[in-house]
Amino acid sequence: MKLRLKEKSVLPGFGLSLGFTVFYLSLLVLVPLSALVLRSSQLGPSGFIATIRNPRVLASFEVTFLSAFKAALINVVLGVTVAWFLVRGRFPLKRLADALVDLPFALPTAVSGIALTALLSPNSTLGAALGKLGIQVAFTTTGITIAMIFIGMPFVIRSVQPALADLSKELEEASRSLGASRFQTLWRVVFPLLAPSILSGFTLAFSRALGEYGSVVFIAGNMPMKTEIASLLIITKLEQFDYAGATAIAVALLSLSLISILLINVFQARSARYLGSA
Amino acid sequence: MMNKGKHETGFWENLVLCTLALGIVGSFIVMPLFVLLKEAFAGGVRLWAESISNHDALSAIGLTLGVTAVVVPLNTAFGVAAAWALAKFRFRGRSLLLSLVDLPFAVSPVVAGLIFILVFGRHGWLGTWLTDHHTRIVFAVPGILLATLFVTFPFVARELIPLMTEQGSEEEQAALSLGASGWQTFVKVTLPNIKWGLLYGIILCNARAMGEFGAVSVVSGHIRGETNTLPLHVEVLYNEYSFTASFACASILAGLAIVTLILKTFVELKSERDTAR
Repeated sequence: MKLRLKEKSVLPGFGLSLGFTVFYLSLLVLVPLSALVLRSSQLGPSGFIATIRNPRVLASFEVTFLSAFKAALINVVLGVTVAWFLVRGRFPLKRLADALVDLPFALPTAVSGIALTALLSPNSTLGAALGKLGIQVAFTTTGITIAMIFIGMPFVIRSVQPALADLSKELEEASRSLGASRFQTLWRVVFPLLAPSILSGFTLAFSRALGEYGSVVFIAGNMPMKTEIASLLIITKLEQFDYAGATAIAVALLSLSLISILLINVFQARSARYLGSA
Repeated sequence: MMNKGKHETGFWENLVLCTLALGIVGSFIVMPLFVLLKEAFAGGVRLWAESISNHDALSAIGLTLGVTAVVVPLNTAFGVAAAWALAKFRFRGRSLLLSLVDLPFAVSPVVAGLIFILVFGRHGWLGTWLTDHHTRIVFAVPGILLATLFVTFPFVARELIPLMTEQGSEEEQAALSLGASGWQTFVKVTLPNIKWGLLYGIILCNARAMGEFGAVSVVSGHIRGETNTLPLHVEVLYNEYSFTASFACASILAGLAIVTLILKTFVELKSERDTAR
């Protein structure tokens, strides 16, 4: 049997467009990324582990990972609420709110960073008021988490919103007419149907927060061992010409982010099969 | 989008929902924007105008516009080519290529900058060769271009691929069988069908290209008046405690972001109307 590399098509331009795509992709993405992989393999497993096990590096991973996780969890609650409003709420300026939701995507991260710091620093009105209540936000991990909530919120909203809009009304009506309470309907009918999109929003927000730099560094305070995120440590290592160290942290960070995206794809394929067969 | 009929949300329920959601959007999104603008104009309009019109600020604005003018067309050309190959044809390795196109989104900005240092930096792969030929890539404008190209790489392609896959190629086949050339088919049949998606992708690509911070920060070297883009200039001023000037420059970027959101909403409305027709 002959292996067919490509299905027949009368459309022209396959060779040209594919050739250009592969060339451009290799030049700009694959070759530079392979530099990262090769560099870290030169380091060897023992060198890699030694870099990663440095207490300052471990602390930065802990800060980054925990803050990103907390932020993504909080974003699920906040994001689902806003998505619910955007789909089902009645409000005259809903379209405006809908457009504003994308602001964290559109605003350069450094700008978000200084704006959040100005909003929450101890000399600001809000920061001072929170300080009186004993809550210090700027220059703590709370500040890092808030920046990550800001940057991740659109991911959850934009994942959940179309799923919620597509939800058929009949299912809920059936559930209600069969005697389920409003809460039961939400919990046992609506929520399971939204779960895949919620999970996908969670993972996107989490993975974005893991690698986030601009919106976090200003509010973080950047104290080694306490409020230093992994991205910043990469830059610090680079400034000290410690390429090997920077590479090792980058590889660990990238793997973490790729693994979480891979997990979500596997989970979504499974739940699609489940929903398809139901 | 399909409207599946009104959900019966009661008055009180709607009120609670609106209050919660607007509270969230207000405190997490509108308030930072408001504070930003307040700080930018804290010293009055004259100081604001002065902060954005001095030499360093103007050269940063110029560099940002220049970089965007190179990056957006290149990535748009790539996006269209990639979408043509991936959406109109079925071939081996297609799904691998599809995920590779999205790969830059999974790479954090700082890591995106780092990889170009590893290739072009002084201790990088091509470092010695570049030094011998007196060429600088990183800590110079070419590095900024490369890093920006990398982070904005998938925007146009990922808008067009699903759109063109869904549209199929019947219309193109009809045009070709009626004697149109390949190029005519693309310009007269494909392009009108994908114009809103294309525009949407370009808008997002443009916004990110103008605002990229992390990746550019790693490769730029922060040379004032030379390799400082506008977002980097904001950072430099902030770290020098020139807060008003920093927020003034940031307010230009915030203005661009708001224009982006308006254009984006406009394109969404237009394309919704087109598909409804």
